[in-house]
Amino acid sequence: MTETGDDWTALLLAVRDRQDRAAFAALFRHFAPRIKGFLMKSGASDALAEECAQDVMATLWQKAHLFDPARASVATWVFTIARNRRIDALRRAKRPEPEDLPWGPEPEPDQQAVLEMAEDTARLGAALARLPPPQRDLIEKAYFGDLTHTEIATQTGLPLGTIKSRIRLALDRLRLQMS
Amino acid sequence: MTIRHHVSDALLMAYSAGQLPEAFNLVLATHLSLCDDCRARLGAYDALGGAMLDTCQAQLAGDSLEACMARIAGQPPASAPAARPPRGLFPQPLQDYVGGDLAAVKWRPLGMGVRQAILPTGRSATARLLFIPAGQAVPDHGHRGTELTLVLQGAFSDATDRFGPGDLEIANEELEHTPVAEPGQDCICLAATDAPLRFTGMIPRLLQPLFRI
Ligand SMILES: [Zn+2]
Ligand SMILES: [Zn+2]
Repeated sequence: MTETGDDWTALLLAVRDRQDRAAFAALFRHFAPRIKGFLMKSGASDALAEECAQDVMATLWQKAHLFDPARASVATWVFTIARNRRIDALRRAKRPEPEDLPWGPEPEPDQQAVLEMAEDTARLGAALARLPPPQRDLIEKAYFGDLTHTEIATQTGLPLGTIKSRIRLALDRLRLQMS
Repeated sequence: MTIRHHVSDALLMAYSAGQLPEAFNLVLATHLSLCDDCRARLGAYDALGGAMLDTCQAQLAGDSLEACMARIAGQPPASAPAARPPRGLFPQPLQDYVGGDLAAVKWRPLGMGVRQAILPTGRSATARLLFIPAGQAVPDHGHRGTELTLVLQGAFSDATDRFGPGDLEIANEELEHTPVAEPGQDCICLAATDAPLRFTGMIPRLLQPLFRI
């Protein structure tokens, strides 16, 4: 299996729908080292980062039913869990979440939308790797926790437009189903 | 609800990265609950976070997966989400801080019919609900840091523009303003500041320490 975004989606859906342990192990091998690295770059010790990485992956198992592949890639979703865990572990400011959309993820996500979301995320990763070092450095500092909100200037030139429109479409579709 | 004033890119990125004081997080979570545009933009910043996470790497402990499976075996099964109270004026994140909707707010008078209720957050920034009677002005003031004001009911105007339900005004050091509530309906806002305001009038300045504004 090649390591592309839509494969991670399929694995997470196998965890969600069948509690598939082999699928979980594959997700773990890919994401746990990244979560641990993310936490260490954010200032956690090796031991704390290891504990948090296991914790984040356990949360992924437990909350798999909330994953909506039309609105986020697996990497994005893992990031949000890891970020919240970091906020708790490193005693940063509490972060209330927006209201849940009451209808939750679609039971049968639109396959085309899921595929496009995964492709857009892969393109974003590639574009990020090509950014000029000063700009990339700034984004790293923001996400690894070395910049305060007043130091985070408006980022221009980030290729976020297509992902934003795709998420917006997914939200509109959900709202439409409800009305 | 037609929202015209949204969260800035810098604030959305800081919220996505988890770098905002609690009071600001609350204002953003409340606006995001009302605004699918900003929700989609936040999703894009979270995707950026996902791409950053993908670039990280650290050596796991030897028994990491087994330890994680043991954690999973020990955790309670996911509970069904709690039934949501009916949507009132306040979105869910704000209701969590107030302990209910508008009727649950414990207002304190600030004079001239203006009332406030400070919400319990970390001290690096302060969050408050403001009640401004229709037609009434908030004393003229400037800002030492950032002030976020989210309209929940009614509307106010200042020299920059008009702000109606769902609109967010982001004020900083450069802005000095006198927000005036529109006639017709009392204005209710959720406001957060990370530094005390600078009042130009004498009386508000004297009262300032009392009200933590
Ligand atoms: Zn908005
Ligand atoms: Zn102000």
